[in-house]
Amino acid sequence: MNTLISWLHSSIIYGTVIMFGALGEILTEKSGHLNLGVPGLMYLGGFAGFAGAFTYERSTDSPSKLLMIIIPLLCAFFAALLGGLLYSFLTVTLRANQNVTGLALTSLGVGVGTFGSARLLSVTGSQSYSVASATSAVYTANLNSVFNLGAFGQILLSYGFLTYAAIALAILMNYFLMHTRRGLNLRAVGEDPGTADAAGINVTLYKYVATCVGGGICGVGGLYYIIEYSSGKWSSQNGLEAIGWLAVALVIFSTWKPKNAIPASYLFALLFWMATNLPTLTGIRISTSVTELLKMTPYVVTILVLVIASTRKKKENQGPASLGRSYFREER
Amino acid sequence: MKDNNCDMEARTEAASAPNGCAVRLTGITKRFGSVTANSNITMDVRRGEVLALLGENGSGKTTLMNMLSGIYYPDEGTIEINGEAASIRSPKDAFDLGIGMIHQHFKLVDVFTAAENIVLGLPGKSSLNMRAVRERILEICKKYGFDVDPDRKVYNMSVSEKQTLEIVKVLYRGADILILDEPTAVLTPQETERLFDVIRNMRADGKSIIIITHKLHEVMEISDRVAILRRGEYITTLETKDADEKTLAEAMVGEKLSLNIDRPEPHGLVKRLEVKGLSCVDPEGVPTLTDISFSAYGGEILGVAGISGCGQRELLESIAGLESTLPGSSVLYYPDDGEPEELIGKSPREIRSLGVALSFVPEDRLGMGLVGSMGMTDNMMLKSYNSGAPVFLHKKDPSALAGSVRDDLGVVTPSLSTPVRRLSGGNVQKVLVGREIAEAPTVLMTAYAVRGLDINTSYAIYKLLNEQKEKGVAVIYVGEDIDVLLELCDRILILCGGVVSGIVDAASATKEEIGLYMTKAGGPSPAPSEKGDDVC
Repeated sequence: MNTLISWLHSSIIYGTVIMFGALGEILTEKSGHLNLGVPGLMYLGGFAGFAGAFTYERSTDSPSKLLMIIIPLLCAFFAALLGGLLYSFLTVTLRANQNVTGLALTSLGVGVGTFGSARLLSVTGSQSYSVASATSAVYTANLNSVFNLGAFGQILLSYGFLTYAAIALAILMNYFLMHTRRGLNLRAVGEDPGTADAAGINVTLYKYVATCVGGGICGVGGLYYIIEYSSGKWSSQNGLEAIGWLAVALVIFSTWKPKNAIPASYLFALLFWMATNLPTLTGIRISTSVTELLKMTPYVVTILVLVIASTRKKKENQGPASLGRSYFREER
Repeated sequence: MKDNNCDMEARTEAASAPNGCAVRLTGITKRFGSVTANSNITMDVRRGEVLALLGENGSGKTTLMNMLSGIYYPDEGTIEINGEAASIRSPKDAFDLGIGMIHQHFKLVDVFTAAENIVLGLPGKSSLNMRAVRERILEICKKYGFDVDPDRKVYNMSVSEKQTLEIVKVLYRGADILILDEPTAVLTPQETERLFDVIRNMRADGKSIIIITHKLHEVMEISDRVAILRRGEYITTLETKDADEKTLAEAMVGEKLSLNIDRPEPHGLVKRLEVKGLSCVDPEGVPTLTDISFSAYGGEILGVAGISGCGQRELLESIAGLESTLPGSSVLYYPDDGEPEELIGKSPREIRSLGVALSFVPEDRLGMGLVGSMGMTDNMMLKSYNSGAPVFLHKKDPSALAGSVRDDLGVVTPSLSTPVRRLSGGNVQKVLVGREIAEAPTVLMTAYAVRGLDINTSYAIYKLLNEQKEKGVAVIYVGEDIDVLLELCDRILILCGGVVSGIVDAASATKEEIGLYMTKAGGPSPAPSEKGDDVC
């Protein structure tokens, strides 16, 4: 029972990290831009958020709880937003190749984060990591620790507010895309920028805003990973980059629909933790080589979903039609 | 509501200036790199008239209209709308001025519904009230006589439905000046008639309509005045009632020409292809061709008519070996000597080497057969790269071929290595058709060879096809313009919904007869149904 609960618990936290990344990338891709810089943006957001939290915690003896929430959130969001802005400038304004730019952004984000973390670690004198424990405590404050509701509380209520914010964000984004004018316009920009342009939509603006805000959301995912998943512990070898790639895969897995990202990311995380938890749960002893194979499950499932989605050929389940292509109005 | 206000304002202005111009262009010039698309154009459009804009390919009609609709911005010159100077920097500016353009390539988002496409980009409350949108759409449809289902997805629509949707879209935005870029190119005669009725309704409602077209008889039928462009320059504007097809064509081309297509009597007919029981299904298992049987003879032109998407592409592709067929299908090829050969099951290259050539001009022209970013020479090589010594490419022959295609067909290109994507549509097509003819095939299949081409080039291509026919080549010509099919071909096969609905003798058939075959499998019935085109 305890194994099952801890499996679900860790899956929901891990899934939330991916969900933030995937939601940010869905918003970006809806504007027709494939940003492969998600890992870099999450890394950047995670680092900037942590740096904000860490600096604030050390700057005062009695940090305010509100500021402890706001400062890291803003740092993470805007650092990653700047990354997104750089990406938009290169791909929207200069029409650079999106794949190359995205990959470069990943390297850049990880590089900047690593460089910055070296500075940060030199402050504490620690060799490998530093901790923003007070901030983490605020972020992970939850109802379960107050009421102690047993298994139910542990599975559903034992998370910090950002976990629920991710679900709310997914639902909001879904409403935005499907039921508002701006959402409709954004989808049109990603499907067919020429048509959107002819309809009087400011294609460049939509692309910029979607890519920047999408980047910012990815950054919050990075912050969540550091503060909640790693309990406020930052080290430059933190595995955020790997999660970023999962988020990109999850966009396809959820067929570019924010509402699908909720179950998809939890399922993804369940599969990810299957290798560690399933043997204990079932009592079957398996060799470590099989464990490594089990860890592949989320990726195998992604490939299966891709295969199924592409054979069904339903247009609604495909990515935005002009994804990855630059738009130039006077091209002929 | 805002749209309605906009509508009202324009109306009152129209009333205050009874003889005013809706649009006045003065000294408009537009260049693309070294190419001048429009040079010093000065013309006007009156309120409540249908103005036909006539000109050959590359004469700059679409470019000029794109400047009115905000896609391009003029390098020089001024635009006045309803007597006031206007700077149209984006399509949004154009809407605000009441200008709506229906593009040749529809500007519609495939995965959206009709209503979503219509409401796209409009200002208003941030949450969408689709019910109100639907009501307004139906109101507009009722007023002008359209038939649009607001909840239908665009990818489920026929070409004619998409066009109707485009028109409703601009009317929804309160457009008073409508620009239609070659609206009839993809319609059946019956659909064209319906479109013209709608255009007349809109004119009666006081709207100005500019229609870009190549079809002279349509100009005569629908327009009040005709403005003529030639090589990017404005030539003249004529009252339609004072003009006839011949004078218009001459003004457009700038020289005397005859408008008759030769049809030499076919002689020495030899059976080349015999198609028996040919059937195909698309990947979803929906039949695209059902039990097609016919023969094609060397020395004649066999026309293929039908609404687009009724199996023309599949027919040609299955003969060329590009499409898999159902068991029981048979395509026999009769060479000059020896036994007939079965083409089904052969690879496209084997079929080509037997002398069966296919040139298919798709709607976007570059989709099939040419690589947009390569020059003419390289595109010629796509068909011959495999001949000659191994490993290294032979550029000499293709380059000579490219040169002769350019000279014979008058392809306008800065050089043989200029990417074909940069050429105008007509020139791209000349390259495509020229290359296929140069292969000296025994069976030549062309689809939409003159799609969007101007009169001069079209006639050059008809002449080329006739030359091939005289040489004893079996020509299969898939066309859109029924008038041309009737004049050029010896026999016409009509496809409807993937079925041969009739094979007629072109010399004796009438346009109406073919139109009915096109919309009704099994041919004309005593009481042709109005909704016949739903069959496809």
